[in-house]
Amino acid sequence: MSAPLDLPKWADTVLVPAVSVVCAFLVAGLVVLAIGEDPVSATRYLIQGSLGSGEGLGFTLFYTTDFIFTGLAVAVAYHAGLFNIGGEGQATLGGLGAALTVLNLSFLPGFLLIPLGILGAAAFGAAWAAIPGYLQAKRGSHIVITTIMFNWLASVLIVYLLVNVLREAQSMNPETREFPAQSHIPFMHEVFAAFGIEIPSSQLNLSLILALAAAFGVWLLIYRSRLGYAIRVVGSNPTAAVYAGISPARITIIAMLLSGALAGGLAVNELMGYQHRLLLEFTAGYGFVGIAVALMGRAHPVGIILASLLFGILYQGGAELAFEQPAITRDMVVVISGIIILFAGALDGLFRRLVVRVLHSTKAARA
Amino acid sequence: MSPAIELIDINKSFGDVHANRNVNLSVARGTIHGIVGENGAGKSTLMSILYGFYTADSGEIRVNGRPVAIHSSNDAITAGIGMVHQHFMLVEPLTVVENVMLGAEGGTFLRAGEAKVRAELGRLSRDYGLDIDVDATVGELSVGLQQRVEILKALYRGADILILDEPTAVLTPPEADALFTLLKALKEQGKTVILITHKLREIMAITDRVSVMRRGEMVATVETAETSPPQLAELMVGRRVLLRVEKAERAPGAPLLQVENFSVIDSRGVLRVSNVALTVHAGEIVGIAGVAGNGQSELLEALAGMRRPVLGTMRFEGREIGFDEHNPHRMRQLGLLHVPEDRLRMGLVPAFQAFESAVLGFSDDPKLGHGPLLDHDAMIEDLKAKMAHYDVRPPNPRLKSSKFSGGNQQKIVLAREIERNPRVLLVGQPTRGVDIGAIEFIHRRLIALRDAGVGILLVSVELDEIMNLSDRILTMCGGQITGERKADETDEQDLGLLMAGVTDRAA
Repeated sequence: MSAPLDLPKWADTVLVPAVSVVCAFLVAGLVVLAIGEDPVSATRYLIQGSLGSGEGLGFTLFYTTDFIFTGLAVAVAYHAGLFNIGGEGQATLGGLGAALTVLNLSFLPGFLLIPLGILGAAAFGAAWAAIPGYLQAKRGSHIVITTIMFNWLASVLIVYLLVNVLREAQSMNPETREFPAQSHIPFMHEVFAAFGIEIPSSQLNLSLILALAAAFGVWLLIYRSRLGYAIRVVGSNPTAAVYAGISPARITIIAMLLSGALAGGLAVNELMGYQHRLLLEFTAGYGFVGIAVALMGRAHPVGIILASLLFGILYQGGAELAFEQPAITRDMVVVISGIIILFAGALDGLFRRLVVRVLHSTKAARA
Repeated sequence: MSPAIELIDINKSFGDVHANRNVNLSVARGTIHGIVGENGAGKSTLMSILYGFYTADSGEIRVNGRPVAIHSSNDAITAGIGMVHQHFMLVEPLTVVENVMLGAEGGTFLRAGEAKVRAELGRLSRDYGLDIDVDATVGELSVGLQQRVEILKALYRGADILILDEPTAVLTPPEADALFTLLKALKEQGKTVILITHKLREIMAITDRVSVMRRGEMVATVETAETSPPQLAELMVGRRVLLRVEKAERAPGAPLLQVENFSVIDSRGVLRVSNVALTVHAGEIVGIAGVAGNGQSELLEALAGMRRPVLGTMRFEGREIGFDEHNPHRMRQLGLLHVPEDRLRMGLVPAFQAFESAVLGFSDDPKLGHGPLLDHDAMIEDLKAKMAHYDVRPPNPRLKSSKFSGGNQQKIVLAREIERNPRVLLVGQPTRGVDIGAIEFIHRRLIALRDAGVGILLVSVELDEIMNLSDRILTMCGGQITGERKADETDEQDLGLLMAGVTDRAA
């Protein structure tokens, strides 16, 4: 018998998330209404601010880059049946890795230093994720708990290092000296300018290309490679993995290494691409946004890119909105993304059921 | 007297699937009525309609001659219909009394309700000879007793008509016998029983009449006394079926798999296999008979490398398997392949497309791709060929593994293992939940494999299957081998004693 919650693929991957987002926006609109503001004009500011100008679009895509990395990080772990909440901490350590690499190897030319910096970020992020991965695999410590704890450890560790060890001499700010110029990942407007095309300047840099490449790489890994196959078997049916001779413990550690390395991408975009120094709290909660992005994007790279774009719009448009309608603060954006997480994640079954019912009744009507 | 249940022209579709097509059924009061049919024939849908899980697209239900509308299980209970599901709906940490009370507590405080339940349970136990400790925790009861609790629940709610869905699938033979005794007692008290099953032996043993479903339609209703298993099988499948596969004599070859002094513990540290010695020769089927849960599963998993034995030696083609080699990966390399007992938990990944499940255990094979990548087109082509060869339906390699019926899933697993040319094949419950038509096919494949010189170790709780296929039969009880018989020198009774732990020495 056909299972009652059976959907065609397009409905599962596109329609259900779209319905969740629309409902989330409707509810958010009610919240805006409740604080005495006009939701229609708020929506206009949101869209205008994020997509309406070249500059706005640049900022939107800059945020999108962050979210692609953290979303992919969550997704890779998710395919292995692991809920990696530690994107924040892993990205923080990724920043440390990038900073240590580029500051200590400043004698190298850019074409070597930039890849090494990226590798440094990935390696530190991976190492930070490997410890909870190991504890889960060998000791059975729950990954959710340990990765949350490791977020705090990372945040305290970075404060200690920036205040006591890495701070620039004579500076009062807990941040490193500026990364050597050749390690800066070029801004998009600089790249375009080199080809004689002028685009508005923004934080957007070539890390976006790296993020898209990473998305393709994750797709290839998860859906086409032998390792990805093993990861999905472990995530979907651990007993079958044992039967197949795949070690769940080994796959758990590998998946966490990959996940942490991807979270390091956030540091690449934020630090090597924009801030050009290591500073406190550059992760700004984007590691957590990655959870929402991965949930919404069904842990599929294409879905993650689209969901990242949506959250990029929300973050950039939300900042503009807060500027234009001061009654709506940036916290409102947090509320809206919270509602989206609630709808896309927790209430997913609700909308699925709804969509199933509608599809079936239209099918029946046609028959 | 009007029949207890009458279903008239019931229709039900799910999307394009016409699960029930103009189904008519009349069940006389005070009888045991069997419903048989292959998986997907529409038996469960029909019973779900009767019990209010689904509403029929069209048609009428009459209970005791009166038309009733059943939109929920509450309506069904009100109409006097009770159901015992294949998977129990019990709360394991609660006691029997508490489980029976659940949903019928009768007020904010439990005291009054509990007293009533106790009194009523006492009466039911006396009336039907149900021997059960009402204060026992349900989770600690055996499966057979848990099923009794389900029946008590239905009776307590006033069921006159009891539907049982594949009730013996989870029971040991003695438990099944006890169930049948109970059902007969219920019948004598005037209750009506509808028994859904695919085991023809049970139909013959206990029912008064039997209805056969095929592809959503009710194809026949006959008096049990006037029919026979071959006739029922033919009605179910729509063609003649051989219930017993012919196999030629064959002298076994060299020993392929030998274990000695083999002991295995489970994940909780309980000794499940103790001091087992066995040998599987080339061209021989060795059957392991035993009541479920007597260590066969653990033995099979240990032989496949999924568990390491705590003691004992294992030889493959005469060479001893080292401790480090004792893993599924290495066993596969050696040619020891494994059709696991539980295809949904082990044999397949239900969420994967079929062609992905069809390489489970072999995803490292260089032939399946290039370097670190898998070649999906090649995998799909490969499975397509196997699907044609094994008559898997639908022959769609891209369909999700969970969407195939049990028999077709099993064929996918069998094709995967058999087509890898095993030296030794471990087979667990090859026909559990599989249609009669597919059983015949699977049995033929296994015999063909044996004739080709493969050594086969068969574990099954179906004694018929063991006796039908094996050349040599070992019985297991309490983790030990309790006896060995040549298949043609034993019978059900003899094996039953050995399975119960009455060893040769003791006898």
